[in-house]
Amino acid sequence: MHRFDLAIVGAGPAGMAAAREAAEAGLKVALVDEQPRAGGQIYRNVGQAAQTYGAQLGKEYLRGVPLVEGIDHEAITHFSGHSVWAIEKGQLALNSPDGARQIGARCVLLATGAIERPMPVPGWTLPGVMGAGAAQIMLKQSGLAVENAVLVGSGPLLHLVAVQLLRAGAPPVALVETRQRRDSRRALLMWRLMLRAGRYIQRSLADLNELRNAGVPRHMACADVALLGERRVDTVSFSSGGRRQELSCDAALLHHGVVPHVQASRAAGVPHIWSDKIQAHVPVCDSWGRTEVPRVWVAGDGAWIGGARAAELSGRIAGLAIAHDLGFVHSPERDRRTSGWIEERDFELSLRPLIEKAFPPYAAALAPADNVTVCRCEEISAGEVRQAVRDGATGINHVKVSTRAGMGRCQGRMCAAALARIVVRESDAKIDEIGTLNARPPIKPVTLGALAGMRREAEGSEDD
Amino acid sequence: MDADFAIVGGGIVGLSVALGLLDAGQGVVVLDGSDADPKASRGNFGLIWLQGKGVHQPRYARWSKESADLWPGFAARLKETSGVDVGLRQDGGLDLHFNDDSLADAVTEHEALQAELGAEYPFEVLTPETLSIEEPEVGPKVAAAILHHGDGHVDPLALIKALSAAVVARGGRIIGATAVTDVAARGAADAGFRLTCADGAEIQAAKVVLAAGLGSAQLGPGLGFAAPLRPERGQILITEKLPPLIRRPSLIARQDRAGGIQIGATNEDVGMDRRVTLDGMAKLAAEAVDAYPVLARAQVLRAWGALRVMSPDGLPIYQESPTCPGAFLISCHSGVTLAAVHAMSLPSWLLRRDSAPDLEVFGETRFAA
Amino acid sequence: MKPGLRLKSLTPDAPLVEVQFGGEALMLPEGDNLAAALLAAGIDGFRQTPYQGVARAPYCMMGICFDCLLEVDGVSQQSCMVQVRAGMDLRPARQRREGPYASL
Ligand SMILES: Cc1cc2nc3c(=O)[nH]c(=O)nc-3n(C[C@H](O)[C@H](O)[C@H](O)COP(=O)(O)OP(=O)(O)OC[C@H]3O[C@@H](n4cnc5c(N)ncnc54)[C@H](O)[C@@H]3O)c2cc1C
Ligand SMILES: Cc1cc2nc3c(=O)[nH]c(=O)nc-3n(C[C@H](O)[C@H](O)[C@H](O)COP(=O)(O)OP(=O)(O)OC[C@H]3O[C@@H](n4cnc5c(N)ncnc54)[C@H](O)[C@@H]3O)c2cc1C
Ligand code: FES
Repeated sequence: MHRFDLAIVGAGPAGMAAAREAAEAGLKVALVDEQPRAGGQIYRNVGQAAQTYGAQLGKEYLRGVPLVEGIDHEAITHFSGHSVWAIEKGQLALNSPDGARQIGARCVLLATGAIERPMPVPGWTLPGVMGAGAAQIMLKQSGLAVENAVLVGSGPLLHLVAVQLLRAGAPPVALVETRQRRDSRRALLMWRLMLRAGRYIQRSLADLNELRNAGVPRHMACADVALLGERRVDTVSFSSGGRRQELSCDAALLHHGVVPHVQASRAAGVPHIWSDKIQAHVPVCDSWGRTEVPRVWVAGDGAWIGGARAAELSGRIAGLAIAHDLGFVHSPERDRRTSGWIEERDFELSLRPLIEKAFPPYAAALAPADNVTVCRCEEISAGEVRQAVRDGATGINHVKVSTRAGMGRCQGRMCAAALARIVVRESDAKIDEIGTLNARPPIKPVTLGALAGMRREAEGSEDD
Repeated sequence: MDADFAIVGGGIVGLSVALGLLDAGQGVVVLDGSDADPKASRGNFGLIWLQGKGVHQPRYARWSKESADLWPGFAARLKETSGVDVGLRQDGGLDLHFNDDSLADAVTEHEALQAELGAEYPFEVLTPETLSIEEPEVGPKVAAAILHHGDGHVDPLALIKALSAAVVARGGRIIGATAVTDVAARGAADAGFRLTCADGAEIQAAKVVLAAGLGSAQLGPGLGFAAPLRPERGQILITEKLPPLIRRPSLIARQDRAGGIQIGATNEDVGMDRRVTLDGMAKLAAEAVDAYPVLARAQVLRAWGALRVMSPDGLPIYQESPTCPGAFLISCHSGVTLAAVHAMSLPSWLLRRDSAPDLEVFGETRFAA
Repeated sequence: MKPGLRLKSLTPDAPLVEVQFGGEALMLPEGDNLAAALLAAGIDGFRQTPYQGVARAPYCMMGICFDCLLEVDGVSQQSCMVQVRAGMDLRPARQRREGPYASL
């Protein structure tokens, strides 16, 4: 088994920055990511795409180039195309097309990033319905722009993807925005924050301008969103301004914020708490990223949604703090070098309430109507979940065993939040009373053959 | 009085007994603990299993056999009462052996049981040739298998669902998410019991049954039971849904109705730790692939660990309290197998009827020595 | 019948390689993301659901939702996490796995 001082899960801005800092401090680092290339979500494929269609993706995207270059370091081993499916004391189990393997590590940093908040609305399981972020991934990774799309939901990423599609020559049909007028008013009340967030607001206004000039319609304060179509989506239906409207399209791209991707931290046994602010479960950690599980750390959007810059900074901070804990760096040096980063990270995080207020999630998708599928894997509707609660299910795992919701391949990544909200409302309980879906390895698929191979390897080395 | 019987524990054991008592005309309330408790009933392998049961205690072999025989009728009644089909399939089960020595040992045990039970213990040894017809996916590493015709399996989660719904349909009350913190006799003999719950609520019942799985170890001593129960972890894997590959369940793997293959289970003495481990998962996988090579390409979807409720000799405990008559302890480590007999035969013992089965050997006095 | 997703390509044409999809030959750009390449080729039935038996297509493109599931050379995989190689044998993931088991 290869042994490292630090194994990092996730090569986004947080993981890449942490790897660099730790390597510079003298640690032997493994950087593991299931993607074929480093970059994470925001800088996905930036190493390749920067040359060809980087311009369409914008300046922000190109900031990833130095980060990717930074992991080209003799002390960093980049396991690309390797998914991490188990985290156990001192070891990580990886899987790749070449089979399963284990690596040893004195410390583990989970920098697994965010996922788009699932948006269960009627029709969201139809082919042709995707996340807006998913469309962006296709653009960054394959240079493919989804044409004739309606973007539905809320959040800065919705606007960004619309602009990126526009620049790529695939202007969206329209934006169907679910935020209500009061949301913008609430955000305006935070004018002090708005002044500080000037840079971001300017960019966002520029994006909206670009969309307006191109004649992309924006429907505001939309409700009752439904995606229609026989075999695949062909219509987005919604009400806005007291009118029911329908738009035909070839694709519907949904988005209403991002939430931490906590499958790995949950399976590693890290305690999580519900955050009302970001409407999701977040791992409990200190300001360095240290969790309650010995030698397991978290950083980036997987720990707390803060955006790319905050993710990068939290990675640097965790990288150096781990180096300190392992005895590579003295406290004064750690403190001296991290103080500026901490200040800047905290500044970035202080701006988040603005986004949270201005772009709240689409309420009807948080606890969907009875006929909406919540568990995509096992095809369980919100109504079935409610019925289970009425039949006496007392917690989320009870709902899981009685309906099968959350038992499919995605292990609840797509339905956990909706299940939790439904159970809370239906049983009049508090969210921290109903438990969280059990998360256990394997968090990514592994074949029995690959697992069995690990056993043979272990037996082989015992014989030696 | 809130009920004739208060049952502490809403797992397979508590609910089966509750259903039986309701059928016998008793008023029943079931108090079940929190979602976070260890629950063997949610994590088991679903086998109705007779092979090798009761090698050292023929009464246990007969008791298990009685239950297996009752199962088809029990499953039908559950379906009728609850609307839930538990997916009973009972056309035999296999014990696969990778070498002749382990086979020989097993055959000796089975012969001893057959000598005791006669035709009640129908088993045969399948050679690789017969196996290749009976169970075509079994691989060349398997030397032989023992087929016992009374064995079978059900969907364990459907069983829990069916039992809960049936108890409610028959007029029982299930109060979930309520840990019982104290059970005490109410003064004079036959005055019944008072159960105190964590939230302060109190329940009064004429009689009380402790069927709280590992939780009975805490509550038992207060009522005069030894309740020497300890946890034993079993890890289980489940694959994606596959076309029919495994006809009869074995102790290594079984295919559920939906097509998923369950692989289990480890036997580990690790206290209350329910986690899965890399070693445990790899060991299960290696054995499954040795037994059924075709499984090598199947993806594992989930894994879990659950805790068996073990008595020192592995046999069930059926005991009325020596100090508080009317309080009973019921515990076993094959709650699926015994569910039918718990619902259909045990109640007459709890009600001290003439038809009560003789359960003397399962009393706690056996631990005194 | 409308085609699947309409996708505009920004990249210079990568060399194409032949793969089998449900028994039919298909030319896809070598090394591209498999799910994206199939979408671009007009495919939108990736996984069939176990109960209703309806088709699903990629939703998240980042390994979360499993709706892009395919059998790739006899092993079910998230096609959004796989890259195109010449000669791949691909099938939509049916309600129950097919692949090497189909003949049974
Ligand atoms: C689809 C999507 C698109 C986004 N686009 C933008 C954008 O354009 N602009 C912007 O400012 N923000 C965007 N965001 C927000 C984004 O979360 C942050 O900007 C930033 O990428 C966070 O960085 P990170 O390092 O924390 O995580 P990420 O950049 O998300 O990196 C996490 C990495 O971990 C890997 N990973 C996760 N689990 C495992 C595992 N089990 N095994 C192996 N590897 C694993 C992933 O493959 C990923 O590469 C996007 C988010 C999403 C979900
Ligand atoms: C891995 C594994 C595989 C197995 N395979 C099989 C098999 O194939 N066939 C078979 O027949 N058996 C099998 N078993 C055994 C079977 O699952 C158990 O015998 C059966 O589930 C025990 O049920 P129970 O109701 O006693 O316990 P549990 O299911 O543990 O239920 C106990 C209940 O009591 C509640 N409780 C605890 N304390 C309190 C309290 N203070 N107040 C209120 N409620 C309380 C708990 O919340 C819980 O719901 C297996 C077990 C395991 C772990
Ligand atoms: S599209 Fe969601 S896992 Fe591939």
